[in-house]
Amino acid sequence: MTEQHIKLPEGSIEKTTTTLNLGPTHPATHGVFQNILELDGERVVSAEQTVGYIHRAFEKIAERRTLYQITPLTDRLNYCSPPLNNMGWHMTCEKLLGLKIPKRVDYLRVIIMELARISDHLICNSIVGVDAGAYTGFLYVMQYRELIYEIYEEVCGARLTTNIGRIGGFERNFNDIAFQKLEKFLKEYPGVLKEFENLFQRNRIFMERTMGTGAISAERALNYGFTGPNLRAAGVDYDVRVHAPYSSYEDFDFSIPVGTTGDNYDRWLVRNQEMWQSLRIIEQAYQKVQEFKGAEAEVYHADAPEYYLPPKELVYTRMEPMIWHFKIIMGEINMPVGEVYHSVEAGNGELGFYLISDGGRTPYRLHFRRPCFIYYQAFEELIKGSMLSDAIITMSSLNLIAGEMDA
Amino acid sequence: MLTNEIVKQKLVEKFAEQVTNFGEPYGLLTFEAPKEMNLKVLNFLYDDERLKFRFLTDICAVHYPDQKGRELAVVYHLHNMQDNIRVRFKVFTDIEKPDVYTATGLFSAANWMERETYDFYGVKFTGHPNMKRILNVEEMDYFPLRKEYPLEDQARIDKDDEMFGRE
Repeated sequence: MTEQHIKLPEGSIEKTTTTLNLGPTHPATHGVFQNILELDGERVVSAEQTVGYIHRAFEKIAERRTLYQITPLTDRLNYCSPPLNNMGWHMTCEKLLGLKIPKRVDYLRVIIMELARISDHLICNSIVGVDAGAYTGFLYVMQYRELIYEIYEEVCGARLTTNIGRIGGFERNFNDIAFQKLEKFLKEYPGVLKEFENLFQRNRIFMERTMGTGAISAERALNYGFTGPNLRAAGVDYDVRVHAPYSSYEDFDFSIPVGTTGDNYDRWLVRNQEMWQSLRIIEQAYQKVQEFKGAEAEVYHADAPEYYLPPKELVYTRMEPMIWHFKIIMGEINMPVGEVYHSVEAGNGELGFYLISDGGRTPYRLHFRRPCFIYYQAFEELIKGSMLSDAIITMSSLNLIAGEMDA
Repeated sequence: MLTNEIVKQKLVEKFAEQVTNFGEPYGLLTFEAPKEMNLKVLNFLYDDERLKFRFLTDICAVHYPDQKGRELAVVYHLHNMQDNIRVRFKVFTDIEKPDVYTATGLFSAANWMERETYDFYGVKFTGHPNMKRILNVEEMDYFPLRKEYPLEDQARIDKDDEMFGRE
């Protein structure tokens, strides 16, 4: 727009652009963070992102907590898929301690992690739909995320901030109800996902709203430190599960979907395909879990008396478990000296834990590599020159989670 | 296939004794260089045809109050995605003069990572386009993750193992 609609007097210094504060509590940001947008009509001229509104200094708090006490902090990073963060943290500790984890535990973890990935992608994709004007999909799939939460509930007792698993395995074995619920999910969910997919994938309106908006090239995405679905949508097949397999991911047969253009539509497609792949992985893992027979089928944690709480009945009746119980709870175990970086493929990409131990009882330094924090800085580049409404879809398709950004 | 050995050899060839403290904790090649050299090393790791460490995984700082003259460490985690190998590269700086060159020219991702590092440890990245706090409020006049601001210790140290008949 070169001509102004309202003629300003000669020499007027009135600004021709509008400043819009999008956030921190705007319904379209789906989280507490701010964008100061400079708008020319409906076009975005520039954007400045402000984060930190729910910063809780987890890295500092972690310096005064023993390992098991840090798990609940990781829940609150990406709160759409807390089990992924929990597992990532447990595996970091296990790497530091050099624990060997039984195969059955690995497979159970894979089931939980892939369920979490589905719930994460489900939220993201359905919210993209909401921002494009399709509320139905969101309402419909929410009841199936509920099924996932019920499985969590059966395994660990919690739904949102799960604190699931322990260093060395799980706090208890999966019960029959958990497996029944998992079977129910595996039976019902593919149909639902197919319907959800039909609603969007070839939907003319949705395609036109998302194709070509918020695009980034593979080169720029790598330079910006993108990981996860957002990087894969740009065409780079980097996935931590394949590049640095953890928790026996090498035993599973699955593929890594990639996009080409890195726009909102491709991001949606990649997440959608990943849900199908996750289902594949869960089915394989469940099958593998069922193959364990006899005593092996009862294994749900590694033998790590210094970090894994003994069963309560032993704590009350025998000396040794009681001593361990107290030592663990009071945090009186000295960690080995070491420096470890471990990463997992979380909902948004590579979630890394950089842990330095000086041999004390708490970490000397703990740093979280939060994928969302790192790629949010590309937001301005993604939306510059586009329409405000496209910027909103871009924001939700990046899956920006305030908890993860601010740590 | 690129291995830790080759990376180390390449670095030694190029920078001789200026890169030091090689180690491989948990299989990750770790080394150190003087802070004035950080961009030279990062550039070399980026540009070299064999090394190609072109993905910046992470930047963070660590505070070691007892090491006089090198209290703050800036730690870079770099990744070569083609050969799937990572390195950890550290520079140490004096806390009185915590100036380190910025890596934003090389990696756009470094922008916020460096701002975060500045925010919590006060490492000033020379040449950074927007060196201000990111997660904390701008009025804050201290760097909260430094060790001089301890939290209350939750782990008990007042109780001896001897009392329990062990050690």
